[in-house]
Amino acid sequence: MDPTLLSSIIALGGLGLIFGVGLAYAAQKFAVKVDPKVEQILQVLPGANCGACGQPGCSAFAEAVAAGRVPPNKCIPGGQDTATKIAAILGVTAVDSEEPKVAVVQCRGGKQEAKERFIYQGIEDCHAALLLAGGSKACRYGCLGLGSCAKACPFDAIHMNDNGLPVVDEDKCTGCGVCVLTCPRGILALVPKSQPVFLACVSQDKGKEVKSICSAGCFTCKICVNPKFLPSEPIEMIGNLPKIKDPYHPEMAVAVSKCPSKCFVVRGKMEAVESAVQPDEEQSQQEG
Amino acid sequence: MGFLHKKTFNGGVHPPEQKGATAKKAIETLPIPPEVVIPLQQHIGAPAKPLVEPGTAVQVGDLIAEAGGFVSLPVHASISGTVSAVEERPHPLGGQVLSVVIQGDGQDQWNPSIGYDANYLDLTVKETVERIQQAGVAGMGGATFPTHVKLSPPADKPIDTLIINGAECEPYLTSDHRLLLEEPQKILLGIQILAKVLSAKKVAIGIEDNKADAIKVMRGLISKLKLPFSVHALPVKYPQGAEKQLIKAVVNRTVPAGSLPMTVGCVVQNVATAAAIHDAVAFRRPVVQRVVTVSGNAVQTAKNCVVRLGTSYRFILQECGGVNGSLGKVIMGGPMMGFAQSSLDLPVIKGTSGLLFLDARQARRNQETVCISCARCIDVCPMRLMPKMLGAWVRHKRIDEAIDYHILDCMECGSCAFVCPAHIDLLHLIRYGKSEAIKKRKKAS
Repeated sequence: MDPTLLSSIIALGGLGLIFGVGLAYAAQKFAVKVDPKVEQILQVLPGANCGACGQPGCSAFAEAVAAGRVPPNKCIPGGQDTATKIAAILGVTAVDSEEPKVAVVQCRGGKQEAKERFIYQGIEDCHAALLLAGGSKACRYGCLGLGSCAKACPFDAIHMNDNGLPVVDEDKCTGCGVCVLTCPRGILALVPKSQPVFLACVSQDKGKEVKSICSAGCFTCKICVNPKFLPSEPIEMIGNLPKIKDPYHPEMAVAVSKCPSKCFVVRGKMEAVESAVQPDEEQSQQEG
Repeated sequence: MGFLHKKTFNGGVHPPEQKGATAKKAIETLPIPPEVVIPLQQHIGAPAKPLVEPGTAVQVGDLIAEAGGFVSLPVHASISGTVSAVEERPHPLGGQVLSVVIQGDGQDQWNPSIGYDANYLDLTVKETVERIQQAGVAGMGGATFPTHVKLSPPADKPIDTLIINGAECEPYLTSDHRLLLEEPQKILLGIQILAKVLSAKKVAIGIEDNKADAIKVMRGLISKLKLPFSVHALPVKYPQGAEKQLIKAVVNRTVPAGSLPMTVGCVVQNVATAAAIHDAVAFRRPVVQRVVTVSGNAVQTAKNCVVRLGTSYRFILQECGGVNGSLGKVIMGGPMMGFAQSSLDLPVIKGTSGLLFLDARQARRNQETVCISCARCIDVCPMRLMPKMLGAWVRHKRIDEAIDYHILDCMECGSCAFVCPAHIDLLHLIRYGKSEAIKKRKKAS
């Protein structure tokens, strides 16, 4: 065999051996003891690092759960499924996770409904737009429509529609709340998945001002707090905006149908409630 | 090696000057508007507290709001008439600010206590500063920092040099230029008061050399009156009028990052502020009006005019002959550092040095493309920052890195966005990053 070849094989082989022994020694000597449970828990987590659990990320959450600092049901995107799996890994009884939530968009004033004060040509970010005279939308409270929430969503559950409003894909939304923290106007909110109806306006302006700038905003007609139509008053008035006290109340169907701006948005199953309330509504109309 | 010092600073740009439309036009006084809206926040610092109610009759110069703290200023009525409302109104710098609305009576009745005080030179330093504060004098160059705060340096930071800013480096603006030509005595008397208050040994007036006539007038008057002031002709370059850049150009001192000019023994005041100080001390006259350059190619007649504070842009536009062609954009201040305005019903405030009415073609913006890493923004940054990096960090919401790259030292001159061949909104990105960085710092403390 060519001596050049031989010497290089010996030299490189020798080097490899020395490093191999060194690394093997270092691996033993400086080994960090990891709880195997952490790895297992990390496997069952969604891995979005959304921070909804209050921890900096999924691995921090896994460590905290394994160490017993945090209960296993705190992973909001994972929900009940993940909570059960983590409980199995830890060998504890599964705890019921909180009711899953979804994000809702509390503004219906898109490009067609709401007026603009000026033409905004800056960078596409709601926070940046807010620096320029408080945003281009005439409404001081409404959605700016530049999609910071859509960009922030770790689950790709928010998209901007042609009307310049965010739309939440409820199948993808895990209720982590990143969009709620991102939105500078507080347009997004988390509601329990079963909640049938929510109010889609956050404007505290007086009725006249709202009417002049947005056709989809609440202009404080107060029909939804009128005891004549809703005798058990599931809605109260706070400032210039109604607040839903009991979204599950059957009379909410009346509010939904009576609201002239259609500010109450029905999501999910309302039929049962509607059928239950129908006779009452007719009665009240006859009386009225 | 002072003689080797070129009278300039690092970086800077040369935007088209556009001053021709108004540079030769004498300052004229606009009629009194029928209504004024006076915001109670016309300065940096705490807002003023209102002292009047709807129905109160006021004369010009009456105190309508008192200072809300040390770094704050009182506000005065700018026309005589009746207060019709004290309510939140849109502010030229954005947001809603508590404002006093006055309906004019057309009389222009001044408060009788305003008048010449022959003994004003006998006032002590403290009394003089008090008079300046009571008159509501803020930096008239546009930054509107309360002047009395600048005139009260802490004892451990003695001031040896007073620099008067007559650079007016913003395109279009000529209000300071006209003031230097038409009221040089007033400015020099104001400077004398300032020099006395600060006990400054050296007074330097910096004027860009595109205003040769103003330099000549000032030099002539100074030698005639045998004043110990020097006039520095500075090369034309934006942002020559920025505080730190002016100090570098005039006395060749560098203000350290994050500190005030008083650290290097300097105080900078605008020429219009000097004139306002003279009025405040010698006449006890509060700031109720200012010189505004009305220019841009969408206005019929470009003018330099004296306008009462609180006058709406709409009234000024009418007085200047209305819109020429189509209105594309209204800017308060100069085109480089000014603020685009959202409505013509906004009022003139103490910092309104100019009002630019631009047509659609001038307001046009170019499509942003990707950064080609040409580093022109780095070449021109007068603060020696890296705008390209700052923009990239902010775009990816990495505010910590942006802070490491000294985003908070940016003075928002806009030179980077002006030269960018890819038309990237660097200034807007940096402004956004700064606001996030300040929020972050507040949260941490």
